[in-house]
Amino acid sequence: MRVLAAALGALALLTLPWWLANPYHQHVVIMAGIFTILALSLNLLLGYTGQLSLGHAGFFGIGAYTSALLALRGGWPFWLALPGAALTAGLAGYGIGRLALKVRGAYFVLVTISFAGVISLISINWMDLTNGPLGLPGVPAPELPWLSFRTKRAYYYIVLAAAALAYLVCHRVVHSRLGRAFLALRENEPLAESVGIDPTRTLVAAAVISAALAGVAGSLYAHYTRFVSPEVFLFIYTVTMVIMVVAGGKGTLSGPVVGAVLFTALPEALREAMAWQWQMLAYGVLLILLVFFLPRGIVPTVAAWRR
Amino acid sequence: MNGLVLGGTYALLGIGLTLIFGLMNLVNFAHGEFYTLGAYVTFAAAALGGAHFFLAVAAALVVGAAAGALFERVLLAPLRDESIDTTMLVMIGLWIALQNAELLGWGGVAQSIPHPFPTAPIVLGPVSIAPLRVFVVLTALALIGLSWLLIQKTRLGTAMRATFQDRETAALMGVRIGRIHTATFAFGSALAAAAGALLGSTFIVNPSMGDLASLKAFSVVILGGLGNLAGATLGGVILGIAEELGAGYVSSGYRDAAGFVIIILVLLLRPSGLLARSERIG
Repeated sequence: MRVLAAALGALALLTLPWWLANPYHQHVVIMAGIFTILALSLNLLLGYTGQLSLGHAGFFGIGAYTSALLALRGGWPFWLALPGAALTAGLAGYGIGRLALKVRGAYFVLVTISFAGVISLISINWMDLTNGPLGLPGVPAPELPWLSFRTKRAYYYIVLAAAALAYLVCHRVVHSRLGRAFLALRENEPLAESVGIDPTRTLVAAAVISAALAGVAGSLYAHYTRFVSPEVFLFIYTVTMVIMVVAGGKGTLSGPVVGAVLFTALPEALREAMAWQWQMLAYGVLLILLVFFLPRGIVPTVAAWRR
Repeated sequence: MNGLVLGGTYALLGIGLTLIFGLMNLVNFAHGEFYTLGAYVTFAAAALGGAHFFLAVAAALVVGAAAGALFERVLLAPLRDESIDTTMLVMIGLWIALQNAELLGWGGVAQSIPHPFPTAPIVLGPVSIAPLRVFVVLTALALIGLSWLLIQKTRLGTAMRATFQDRETAALMGVRIGRIHTATFAFGSALAAAAGALLGSTFIVNPSMGDLASLKAFSVVILGGLGNLAGATLGGVILGIAEELGAGYVSSGYRDAAGFVIIILVLLLRPSGLLARSERIG
């Protein structure tokens, strides 16, 4: 029964752009895929190590800019620019991790938020590199010799593959020795240390993987919208990721996926009915309501309810 | 001189936050929204209501305190025993909600607050300063002094300090813990609103002004050490001057980077703040 459901689900995902023909709907699905990667990435830190990063839009933006610059200035194809973006974001994650993980909790949050602030100011002010507030237009779409990924239908498959890969990476990490070390540190840091877990190394590893995944999402975003501007650093992206992870269920693998799909589709569905500010207002209220009424998130609550 | 004007208001913001963050152990991301609220109340009272400027600033203080007390009662009181992460999420939610409520209420257009001071600067030898800015600095100093008196010399202040040192013992001594939490949050919010009223009349008022204010307040608090009033005052002045120097000598585009850089550097080099006794954090 479960195998059948999984097979049907996979079939539905693989054929989705063929029965969902409306380009706008396809756009929403692609964005949901990109946000799935972001939510998975944030969840590694927030859900598994218990450290909230509010600098994730920073890693997302670094990925987007790196990929766009490599493609525009270096002439790199997408297939090389994407790993380049992951690598650069991962390196940034390493640097921030080494620096910020000397502190924990609220202080870690403040360092990460400051990092995102500085990066965003650099993207606005370093005209020579980033073209400032005007942004970088004309980021090329991915191409293969026999196939162009210019269309939404084709791009969907790249995003689907990347999201699936991100899920697998998270699955592997979480079920490895490293993932158990994350949980040990989250639950009790002195105890974890006493059994030989090096907190800084472990948490930095989490930050690097998480940042690299966010960089991948940034690259996918850049080559999809074909335009990068300092808006990729907007704090609201980080807030959206946090809501997705908290709503879906932090510390679970499927939670961020559910959260990402739900909170990409829902605002789009409400777009007709509500102005953008009303949506943001609703996001804020929703986050508060979640903490009060659904503190564990959708997936763990449903799982507990089915048992 | 501009550095001092900024510094004085940053110190007010920082003192408000250092009480909430340092004493209540609450990561108040909504702090900047009380700052925005203060600025808009002043604007509404002075420009739309036609009230006198001083009355409008006083109204900002009162409304800031009332709003702070309300949100503490409704949102934070039920979560008093929850972890710092839980309340932090609530404060992020409140921040986003309030900011967009203000955006909806006032529109995205920047406004300026009318004030009765002459615009011609007072010239004192080599420095010249607008009278409004003198008023801003003096008011900020007065409020800082009053806060210090309140915390150090009154029964309420003693109860506050006792509560946040040891809640159980304070409760056993007959301190009403719930009221102290509400009062502290209201007081911190009122100071933020005052800072908004003062800086809002010096510059302009817009709905997203609170974002940077929150981060600046955090950098002031971290610079001065948690719960440390003198530290927050010093931190505010340092940040104000650092921004002016940064804007003057590096590039005006990077003016707002000063706060971020201070947060990062202080947390890495001297995490307990400039004036703090040594203690482990985090």
